[in-house]
Amino acid sequence: MNFWEYLGNRRQQLLADAFQHASAVFQCMVVATAIGVLIGVLTYRSQWAGNLATTVTSTILTIPSLAMIGLLIPVVGLGVAPTVTALTLYGLLPIVRNAIVGLRGVDPTLVDAAKGIGMSRLHRLVRIELPLAWPPILTGIRVSTQMLMGIAAIAAYASGPGLGNEIFRGIASLGSKNALNQVLAGTLGIIVLALLFDAVYVLIGRLTIPRGIRV
Amino acid sequence: MSETSGPSGPPAAATGATIELEDLTKRYPGSAEPAVDSVNMEIKAGEIVIFVGPSGCGKSTTLKMINRLIEPTSGRIRIDGEDVTDIDPVKLRRKVGYAIQSSGLFPHMTVAQNIALVPRMIGWKKARITSRVEEMLDLVGLDPAEFHGRYPRQLSGGQQQRVGVARALAADPPVLLMDEPFGAVDPITRDHLQDELIRLQHELHKTIVFVTHDFDEAIKLGDRIAVLRERSHIAQFDTPEAILTNPADDFVSGFVGAGAALKRLNLTRVRDVEMADVPTVTVDDPLQRIFDKLRASGTNELLLLDKRHRPYKWLRRGDLMRARGSLARAGTLVHDTVTRDATLRDALEAVLTDNAGRVAVTGRRGEYLGVVDMETLMNSVHEMLEADRLDALEHQHELEEQRSRLTQHEQEGGSGEATA
Repeated sequence: MNFWEYLGNRRQQLLADAFQHASAVFQCMVVATAIGVLIGVLTYRSQWAGNLATTVTSTILTIPSLAMIGLLIPVVGLGVAPTVTALTLYGLLPIVRNAIVGLRGVDPTLVDAAKGIGMSRLHRLVRIELPLAWPPILTGIRVSTQMLMGIAAIAAYASGPGLGNEIFRGIASLGSKNALNQVLAGTLGIIVLALLFDAVYVLIGRLTIPRGIRV
Repeated sequence: MSETSGPSGPPAAATGATIELEDLTKRYPGSAEPAVDSVNMEIKAGEIVIFVGPSGCGKSTTLKMINRLIEPTSGRIRIDGEDVTDIDPVKLRRKVGYAIQSSGLFPHMTVAQNIALVPRMIGWKKARITSRVEEMLDLVGLDPAEFHGRYPRQLSGGQQQRVGVARALAADPPVLLMDEPFGAVDPITRDHLQDELIRLQHELHKTIVFVTHDFDEAIKLGDRIAVLRERSHIAQFDTPEAILTNPADDFVSGFVGAGAALKRLNLTRVRDVEMADVPTVTVDDPLQRIFDKLRASGTNELLLLDKRHRPYKWLRRGDLMRARGSLARAGTLVHDTVTRDATLRDALEAVLTDNAGRVAVTGRRGEYLGVVDMETLMNSVHEMLEADRLDALEHQHELEEQRSRLTQHEQEGGSGEATA
């Protein structure tokens, strides 16, 4: 059976895996974005708090993903829970860092002007600082998503969902007829998903970054 | 006097409010000297007061304490009699317009959104905001239809600054604070913006506090100028005329710089001086009449006006002869005129560059009004300086009298207590 025949035969299974993969990454990204931006907003004003947040999140990133999931299994069990926890933790770093950098990068004279015309602290954050920091934050989200696409494949190790199952199955039956096809299908599937997500982000950027600050 | 009608109150334009600063002091932790040391100042409703001084003298800090962008360490601020030192700063700032250098426009909002910010925050109705935005754009000389939807980066520096002023004035605050607003634009644009501000102020009568390090700007705009030295100590707080003719000390005269008499020319307009008159004829007059007039006038020159009475050509005796009686070929074209609103400095400039040392003054539609030459200028400048000197002397006498009365009073009071 060549690769194309394999794809045709296993279409149902592959599509279901791809959908679960995408859905896991998407949901984790939503959570990671919310938490990441929140951490950024809470810490960017203070030098040490901001640095601490960046350091902690980058330390998390240095833990090998397989080890992370392995460590999570005794705590949260098998299946979806360790996958979601690990993906969310990994997704934080680029978002937190870019949120802090973006918020700190807002021209201080603009913040001063906003204060000067009588905007409250919350108002300033929502109407001025976050919109101006949005382009770098969105970049962080993009980077995070690409990263999570790959890491999500490891989730199959903890019997999580996604295209990782295909790859692991292939590796387990190495030498058999379909091993290579399985690994190839899983890997290519992840690449295609990553490209699709990136295209969506370009579109989101177009729609959400105001024309006045679009480069 | 002027009641501050609440920003959401009736649309009657809120004119200026008084500002009183009492012992206003700012001390930063870790520095022995205060950055601003006990400033006392009373600013009248509807006047433009300029804070001018060298960089680092605390003028900007003093300004920012008025809307409490910088919280004063001690002292009081009163706006229209109301003590605002301890009220919610956000509420205070919505009543005080604020315009800064390089406009401070938010780049992610359109011109209209920028201007609408404060009215939206204080809860104006949508329709009212829309019409207010158009009105403000109109007021600062930008075509609403064209600029409404633009983003700040699509505007020139001068246009951005205008929008900045429009935003500051949008909710009709009685007080406007301007922190070197024209510092970052080129000299020609700055000149235009200054003229615009003067025109605006004629219409609006806000109380404006304006910070600059440019003394010429201060003279041009200020009703009164506060010359500040380090730690915001007031070296002199007086009208531009008084500061120019009678600087309080070496610091002020150093800051005024050379050429006080020349700068004085900026303060007077052509309409305030006596104009000379030259005989005029119009292009419709028959040649014979022109000859008669030349002969009768005793002067050497006639000013030829066009059909709409605008200066057209200077005609000298003999010009017509040389041109064999043809008006089209005779005389020299008038290439420079000044308006009645031009400063004497502009007029002097025009007189100096004119080859015959005179320049025609025109009215609003360019019609001829009179002529200014070296002699009229000299006479009026002499008169002006003399009058200023007298004023200054009188002013000084008054101050001295006041002071002596005060000390006398204190001494009497002191001795009274001692004997009691």
